[in-house]
Amino acid sequence: MIDLAQIWVYLARDPLAALTATLLAWMAGLKLAALCRWHPAANPVVFAVAILVALLLVSGVEYRAYFEGAQFVHFLLGPATVALAVPLYRQWGHVRASAPAALLAVVSGGAVAAGVGVALGWAFGASPAVVASLAPRSVTTPVAMGIAEQIGGLPGLTATVVLASGVVGATLGPLVLNAARIRDWRARGLAMGTAAHGLGTARAISVNTTAGAFSGLGMGLNALATALLLPLVWRFFAG
Amino acid sequence: MIQGLATLLCCQFVGEVLARALHLPVPGPVIGMALLFAGLLLRDQFWPGAPRPDPGAPGLGQVADTLLGNLGLLFVPAGVGVVVYGPQLARSWAPLSLAIVAGTLLCIAFTGRVAQALMRRFG
Repeated sequence: MIDLAQIWVYLARDPLAALTATLLAWMAGLKLAALCRWHPAANPVVFAVAILVALLLVSGVEYRAYFEGAQFVHFLLGPATVALAVPLYRQWGHVRASAPAALLAVVSGGAVAAGVGVALGWAFGASPAVVASLAPRSVTTPVAMGIAEQIGGLPGLTATVVLASGVVGATLGPLVLNAARIRDWRARGLAMGTAAHGLGTARAISVNTTAGAFSGLGMGLNALATALLLPLVWRFFAG
Repeated sequence: MIQGLATLLCCQFVGEVLARALHLPVPGPVIGMALLFAGLLLRDQFWPGAPRPDPGAPGLGQVADTLLGNLGLLFVPAGVGVVVYGPQLARSWAPLSLAIVAGTLLCIAFTGRVAQALMRRFG
C-alpha cells in the first residue's frame, strides 16, 4: 500500500515540490500567453501566479511553506538586476547621447508615479500605513520594501502593490503608449522601466532590444532616485 | 557560463557589502549593476582587445541573456504572496486598485511623453 500521507509530508517539507510547481506554472503561463498570440493583456506572470494561488488555496499549503522552496527562484532577482548592466553596456553608444534627457524624464516620471498613487489613496480614505505602502509603488520590489519601511508603510503590502503595478504596466502599458502616440523605442522603454520596473523591463526586452536597454536604465535610475529622494520628501510633508 | 554567473554574484556581493557598510539607502543589486557597468566600460578603456560580443568574463552575455529572457519567472514567487494580504486587500481594494491602475498608466504616458519630447530636442 502506498502511504500517501508520508509522501505528502516529504513534499511539504522539501523545496522540490514548490520549485517544480513554480517552473511548471511559468511554462503553462508562457503557453497560455502564446495561445493568446502574445497579446499585451495576456501576461504570463499573471497566469503563473493565478495557477499557483489556486494550487495553494486548494491544497491548503501555507505561503511561507511554498516560499521556502520558491525562494531559490526569488533569489535570482538579485543577479538578474546586476545582469541589466549587460544590455545597457551593449546599447551604450545609443544610450549615451540621450542619458541627460533620460534622467530628467525618469525623475519627473517617478515623481508622478509616487504623487498620483499617494493622492488617490489618500483621497479615497486609505489608512496612513496603506498610503505609505503605495508611495514607492513604481520601483523594483526590494527597493520599494526598504523605502516603505522607512516611511511607515507595510513592506509586505508594498511588495504586493509593487507587483500589481508591474503587471498593470506590463500588460496595459503598450496600449497606453500607442494611445499617447509615443513611437520612439527609447521613450517607450524608459516609460515601461520607470512605471513598471522589472516586469515592464521583461516585457520591453521581449519586444525590442533598444526598448529593453532603456527600460533597464529607467528602472535603475528610478530605483536610485526614489530611494534617495522619497524618504526626504516624505519627511518634509509628513513631519 | 559559470564564470559569467560568478561575475554577477561577485558584483552583487560587493554591492550588498557596500550598501551595508556605508548605510546607503540603495539596495545591493542596484549598486552591483552600476559596478558591473562601470567595470565593462573601464575594461574597454584599458583593454580594447577583449572579446567584444561577450562582454567581460566568458559567458557573461549568455548568463545575462538567459536570466533577463526569463525575468518574468523570477517575480512569480513574490507575486504568489498576494494570498497573504487577502484581508487587507479586501478592506481597501478600491483606493489600492485605483491608485495602482491610474497611477501606473499616468506615469507611463507622462514619462513616455517627456522622454520623447526631450530626446527629439536633444538627440
